[in-house]
Amino acid sequence: MSEPRFILALRLADNALVLGHRLSEWSGRAPTLEEDIALSNLALDLIGQARMLYVHAGELEGAGRGEDDFAYLRDDRDYRNVLLVEQPNGDFAATMVRHLIYAAHAHPFMQALMRSTDGTLAAIAAKAEKEMAYHLRHASEWVIRLGDGTQESRRRAQAALDDLMPYADELFATDAGDLALIAAGIAPDPADVRPAFDRTLDHVLAEATLAAPRRGHGQSGGRDGIHSEHLSRLLAEMQSLHRAHPGATW
Amino acid sequence: MTEPAMPLYEVFIRPKAGLSHKHVGSVHACDDDMALRAARDVYTRRGEGVSIWVVPSRLIAASDPADKDMLFEPTASKPYRHPTFYEVPDEVGHM
Repeated sequence: MSEPRFILALRLADNALVLGHRLSEWSGRAPTLEEDIALSNLALDLIGQARMLYVHAGELEGAGRGEDDFAYLRDDRDYRNVLLVEQPNGDFAATMVRHLIYAAHAHPFMQALMRSTDGTLAAIAAKAEKEMAYHLRHASEWVIRLGDGTQESRRRAQAALDDLMPYADELFATDAGDLALIAAGIAPDPADVRPAFDRTLDHVLAEATLAAPRRGHGQSGGRDGIHSEHLSRLLAEMQSLHRAHPGATW
Repeated sequence: MTEPAMPLYEVFIRPKAGLSHKHVGSVHACDDDMALRAARDVYTRRGEGVSIWVVPSRLIAASDPADKDMLFEPTASKPYRHPTFYEVPDEVGHM
């Protein structure tokens, strides 16, 4: 059971780190000062979650790897995040739609993970659940205003939704290891998380007057290390300092 | 970004229960809900508050700086209005 549990912690950590890094790319470039700070706050929440999850993954693995080893010394094929989080920021609408999809899953997922029989995961989830509730609200509010806003904001929001919805299904994927964890009460069953996700999306898209894209063309692979070209570029930038100056500290 | 699409809001934060809301600054936002979100993100990052008020700046009526002397100068000569002649018993604690 320790191998699947390690993979679970690693996947959750990689999701949080990659999305957190993506959001940090907005620092200094967001449409307004208020949103610049808001996006940095969201990024820091996710990077904080990633750090706790990497520490736990390192303990489960038992090979002496710490958070920096996981973040800075792995290549893209070793990253296990879903494809959704590595997608480029695009315009502001794309960033908000990506975040809506992520948070609409992460919030109920973390709520369910609080009941995990893995006490450390349950404790991390208890902290993350409050953060993800805020992320969900922030992204929802923006998607509603962009969709039900000007002609231009609506066009961009709909385009982002059409582009990114195909990545949603991977959030609910399971493999044999996951099924063992679900049976052991360590991981939540995606089937229990999906109804809350669907309700959130239905509600937000209706308020936003956006059309839900047809389902059934899901993109996946990231969970198993098969990524889009975007991740290697993200990692090249994120890891460059550590690779040039191993062990550098502030 | 510009008025009136993103009007200015004044932000008031209550630092802890029992204290009053205090003006801390302003944010631009497209409506009341977003102003509350923005105020939370900009002004409570270091645990500064337990409650937020936001008020559209245009709804605040302000005194004219040119009236400063007329409004405030006369009180300078009335020290008897300060309750400094009372002894506060220790049992009262923080007032």
